[in-house]
Amino acid sequence: MTLLTRRAALAVGAGVTALAMMPSVLLAQDTAEEGLSAEEFINEFTGGAEVADGDGVKLTAPEIAENGNTVPISVDAPGASEILLLAMGNPTPGVARFSFGELSGSQSASTRIRLAETQDVVAIAKLADGNFVRTSANIKVTIGGCGG
Amino acid sequence: MISRREFLQAGLATSAILSGLGTSNWSRVMAQQSLAQDQLLQFDDFGNLTLIHITDAHAHLKPIWFREPDTNIGIGEAAGRVPHVVGEAFQQMFGIAPGSPEAYALTWPDFASLAQSYGRMGGFDRIATVVKAIRAARPDALLLDGGDTWHGSYTSLQTQGEDMVRVQNLLGVDAMTSHWEFTFGTERVQELIEMCRFPFLGANIYDSEWDEPAFEPYQIFETGGLSVGVIGQAFPYLPIANPSWMFPEYSFGIREQRMQQVVDELRGKNVDLVVCLSHNGFDVDHKMAGRVKGIDVILSGHTHDAVPEPVLVGDTIIVASGSHGKFVSRVDLDIRDGRMMGFRHKLIPIFSDVITPDAEMAGLIDEIRAPYQADLEEVVGQTDQLLYRRGNFNGTWDDVICDAILSERDAEIAMSPGVRWGASVLPGDITREDIHSVTSMTYGQVYRNEMTGEMLKTVMEDVADNIFNADPYYQQGGDMVRVGGLAYTIDPNAAMGDRISDMRLLKDDAPIEPSRSYVVAGWASVNEGTEGPQIWDVVENHIRGTGTLTTRDAASPITIKGI
Repeated sequence: MTLLTRRAALAVGAGVTALAMMPSVLLAQDTAEEGLSAEEFINEFTGGAEVADGDGVKLTAPEIAENGNTVPISVDAPGASEILLLAMGNPTPGVARFSFGELSGSQSASTRIRLAETQDVVAIAKLADGNFVRTSANIKVTIGGCGG
Repeated sequence: MISRREFLQAGLATSAILSGLGTSNWSRVMAQQSLAQDQLLQFDDFGNLTLIHITDAHAHLKPIWFREPDTNIGIGEAAGRVPHVVGEAFQQMFGIAPGSPEAYALTWPDFASLAQSYGRMGGFDRIATVVKAIRAARPDALLLDGGDTWHGSYTSLQTQGEDMVRVQNLLGVDAMTSHWEFTFGTERVQELIEMCRFPFLGANIYDSEWDEPAFEPYQIFETGGLSVGVIGQAFPYLPIANPSWMFPEYSFGIREQRMQQVVDELRGKNVDLVVCLSHNGFDVDHKMAGRVKGIDVILSGHTHDAVPEPVLVGDTIIVASGSHGKFVSRVDLDIRDGRMMGFRHKLIPIFSDVITPDAEMAGLIDEIRAPYQADLEEVVGQTDQLLYRRGNFNGTWDDVICDAILSERDAEIAMSPGVRWGASVLPGDITREDIHSVTSMTYGQVYRNEMTGEMLKTVMEDVADNIFNADPYYQQGGDMVRVGGLAYTIDPNAAMGDRISDMRLLKDDAPIEPSRSYVVAGWASVNEGTEGPQIWDVVENHIRGTGTLTTRDAASPITIKGI
């Protein structure tokens, strides 16, 4: 009962169509500026404005990473102009800063990140009204267990 | 309108009929088989839909002994709540008399002696009898299999799971979900799915590359004038707890938002009932039931809990049906106007001496086993004590396995996975089939390598956090890794990194030194390319060399504190 997946579609040669249908991902700027701490990244992003915890930004991440080297993360903040994504426990916490133009169909993005160890991943969105809202998820990086 | 609470009471009354058999004349009742079978199957039909749940059989086709745990620690909110209640406390919670058939089926005290009176439990020929009886009363019933069905025995490994698919097809399974199924590898899983006359569901199974659904998330059954949506939820931590290199195409995870989305989709199609056929494990299902809105029934598997009554979380009922074929749950539901108005439930114990085997299924099982009969029945040695595994820490079977690894692989420390599967063995003969019941797997190689004391501590802490994390969404099910040659103290309620202390090498009682290297041997490594002899051969050689396994007098080298 396997669904027809893109993997399968590619296998039968329909891949070009499938790829063309992928939404064009929004601008991901390089935020890996050397030496900045998480706090400095946040200050630079908000200009020191207050950041509230809230539902305005949604972060989708696994509770436990299947592979710490490539952890799928999605952020979604309706109406936002920018979203900052930070991996708080990485030597370089900056992951991405997504900017959304006025013509963006939705203010969401997906990427894969590398996590050095169990840590919080934080997403801060700049909303349409200029306020900042933040959410976080704890992602565990484990060496593996013994399932029952 | 009758409230759910009242229906819960009605359900309790039904289980009370079974309790009413009492203990004093049970042996006499056992002798009168037809009466006893009628009592076990007695159920006042209720409502307009019946669900039948089986789960975690681990390919045990024949009746087995299975001792329930003496330790099942609940952390945080789960402390003192089912299924984290065992032994006498469990008996008191559910009004079960010590020494009664229910006490034997559901709890550990006096297991070996009660087993002599009440006999083995389970067996798919008996399960077939029960399923047929329920379907005779309720032809529209749905039979849902929670997974961990294809793995776990000599014959399932020999036939690469095909024996179980044949049994499921004959039993008339309507849908299944999965966990250990994937340890046969992607290609074999796809082959077996082709053989299944029912859907293999998994809303949380994604393509690892494209991050999109890879399996059918649900099936809608039109039955008895109702539209019933059944969602499959596979074990969320397959690529972590089991070797991901065997199924690299797939990603799993709890994916709570995905579950909500699928429930909403079903509600949008105006189904009358939403059922989640889950392999999350009980505590994960308990949390999910409180957060995902719109699930009527969660049929819970993975953590092997036999729970005599459904647990209510909001408007959701959670039904857990044990393991190894010991139990079948029957859940009758009253559904009106797209709402579940009430339920009646019975956890039916499969006493193999009481329930008449179904001839057709018995024939198929005999046919499956015939080519391997001599291998299965060969007596390898004897034991003077009960061998069991289930429990948070080492069982007697685990001690035997660890002893075998220490001696056969010349190691200082042995590690054995804290899986919850594997039947018990009563004092007497140990057969090859018994050994495979606790060791069968597609990655059973026994490795031998060096590990520093620091690494050992890290491994122990990591596994402990996978079991005792206060947030169920971070729990993987299973139990603490079993160890041989090593003593330690554990505080399950502590934070990760602080649970394990006082690690000592048993042979000289010396503290484990972080910087020293120790020779460690173990099995079930999730790493690709692990080399070594198969664990069942290691255990068989050890038992043959020992002859009769004798009871250890020493106190357990594992100290639990803070509980």
